[in-house]
Amino acid sequence: MAAAQKPTPLLKDELDIVIPTIRNLDFLEMWRPFFEQYHLIIVQDGDPSKVIKVPEGFDYELYNRNDINRILGPKASCISFKDSACRCFGYMVSKKKYIYTIDDDCFVAKDPSGNDINALEQHIKNLLSPSTPLFFNTLYDPYRDGADFVRGYPFSLREGVPTAVSHGLWLNIPDYDAPTQLVKPRERNTRYVDAVLTIPKGTIFPMCGMNLGFNRDLIGPAMYFGLMGDGQPIGRYDDMWAGWCTKVICDHLNLGVKTGLPYIWHSKASNPFVNLKKEYKGIYWQEDIIPFFQNLTIPKECTTVQQCYLELAKLVKEKLSTIDPYFTKLADAMVTWIEAWDELNPSADVAKVAAK
Amino acid sequence: MSQVIIKDDEVDIVIGALQSDLTSFMEEWRPFFSRFHLIIVQDPDLKGDLKIPEGFNLNLYTKSDIDRVVGPVSNSISFSGYSCRHFGYLMSRKKYIITVDDDCTPARDTNNKITDAVSQHIINLTTPATPFFFNTLYDPYVDGSDFVRGYPFSLRTGVECGLSCGLWLNLADLDAPTQALKPELRNSRYVDMVLTVPARTMLPVSGINIGFNSELVGPALMPAFRLAKEGKLRWETVEDIWSGMCVKVVCDHLKIGVKSGVPYVWRQERGNAVESLKKEWEGVKLMEDVVPFFQGLRLSEGAVTAEDCVGEIASKVKEVLGGNDPMFARAAETMVEWIKLWKRVRAAE
Repeated sequence: MAAAQKPTPLLKDELDIVIPTIRNLDFLEMWRPFFEQYHLIIVQDGDPSKVIKVPEGFDYELYNRNDINRILGPKASCISFKDSACRCFGYMVSKKKYIYTIDDDCFVAKDPSGNDINALEQHIKNLLSPSTPLFFNTLYDPYRDGADFVRGYPFSLREGVPTAVSHGLWLNIPDYDAPTQLVKPRERNTRYVDAVLTIPKGTIFPMCGMNLGFNRDLIGPAMYFGLMGDGQPIGRYDDMWAGWCTKVICDHLNLGVKTGLPYIWHSKASNPFVNLKKEYKGIYWQEDIIPFFQNLTIPKECTTVQQCYLELAKLVKEKLSTIDPYFTKLADAMVTWIEAWDELNPSADVAKVAAK
Repeated sequence: MSQVIIKDDEVDIVIGALQSDLTSFMEEWRPFFSRFHLIIVQDPDLKGDLKIPEGFNLNLYTKSDIDRVVGPVSNSISFSGYSCRHFGYLMSRKKYIITVDDDCTPARDTNNKITDAVSQHIINLTTPATPFFFNTLYDPYVDGSDFVRGYPFSLRTGVECGLSCGLWLNLADLDAPTQALKPELRNSRYVDMVLTVPARTMLPVSGINIGFNSELVGPALMPAFRLAKEGKLRWETVEDIWSGMCVKVVCDHLKIGVKSGVPYVWRQERGNAVESLKKEWEGVKLMEDVVPFFQGLRLSEGAVTAEDCVGEIASKVKEVLGGNDPMFARAAETMVEWIKLWKRVRAAE
């Protein structure tokens, strides 16, 4: 059989787990065996006077809205309120190389053999092995145990590129939009697809923030989750927005995005009528947004994530403002986000990325 | 959610016979083949008669049929080895063609249940493909699945599927260097899904286990690009990789989809990877030019059929790659001859 498998590094001093919450953190009890060694960044949404109890034994920092306002000052306007999009504040204040973010209604899933899935370990495996966006491998991730590149795969492309994002999936309640939820209220995702694959270059995808890992050094500044929730005309498009921006920047900088394993168990179906109100505009707007992202080019001179992102902000203002004035606000917020990011993460990091 | 009604008379199963005794192969596949019409083409290099069990509705073609139909053109087009099945495609009049190598048998899924590769290919070919945006739950049309949040509604009707690329358990379709380096490596991972390969993304199509819509893409599956003495072992074959990239370019241009994933077949042990290394290095080297060429290829708006597309690809091959290696110039010529042959055979009806 295959050579002895190397154990996956824990990365416990290099990875932060970012969790947005407005309710409670009871779900952490189930994750304890897998999360206890890691530092948590809790971003408390909603009423800052509410006390969110963190289960005993976890090492964490917690930020509520007052903290966000205090730390960012006027720039806090770019962080959403009353929406899980606020989680990206956690990315900004983290000092670690890797981030794993998970929703507070996501639990440990079981694989087909009945074993608990250590989702974090799989994300780490995904992030530490290369991606292959330049040519599709029909056996999916060639770096996984038991797999490899297939016949016809050029040898010059077999080193792959660094992986920036690891996008996990969900069993039980699937991540459907409101119309689909309304039509299929009972549908559950029971299919365990034992694959990780790289999303090809030039292809964008709908990124879900429920179970997501990324290399903060490589792509962090692109993971802005936009203006959603209170006072905004749209919701439930935060992770979508971050995903589209992230993917075009990854394509430009020759970084990879993987999707597939690991699965988590998504337990809570949000109210489809509430969702419909939040998503309604997005459903129309995405018809224009998708072609926008598919057709844009980032100039060669943009060699850092921040430069790429600011270029995107410019293009959003130029091309999408005609859809709705919201996009002007969003473009401005994207700029504010980068300013805030750079303030909290001074230039050593920028140079590191540019040097690649 | 879709109920796929398989019209048996729309399907041909084409088998290229590289071994004389097809008895155990046909018996293993009988439950899945028997309702369909089969076209068996004997490798023209294989002497003697084939042994085929009773009870199948089939047409058998041999070297003499190939010589009769193809005529003097058979000097430039070789139907030797795996390429013999292309003669079967030429002869078929059905809409859907499914083909598996004669050293493959039905595979079992993770519940140890035997899977019907033929039905799965037909399902892939008769349900829409979604090449313009990636669905993270893979095939949205299968029971229990759908498009995820963020998937544009205007893209949810999908497009027709032209090619269905299946996979292999046990002996995976690795190249000789990879298999030689990892002689124990066997594929035991059954990945229960099929996905649409996005538009403009190239992939290596393995000829071992595929299905296609012959009306849409038939002419693009051709025995045009062959290494010297290629054809008896997959490790030494590039013809399917070449033609697969042509098919993908054609599909991207005509806005048709290509799917990859289930069904699996179980591939038996055959050959020696280290031995094949001697021949295969040539193909490995050529792939370095081939992939960037196909990735950058764009066809004109005037190309509206697969035949048109193949003609344009052939001239671009000659123009861009012809100087790199005489194999490419030969491939371009063969592609042109193939299209002429394809049209001639069809016009003769």
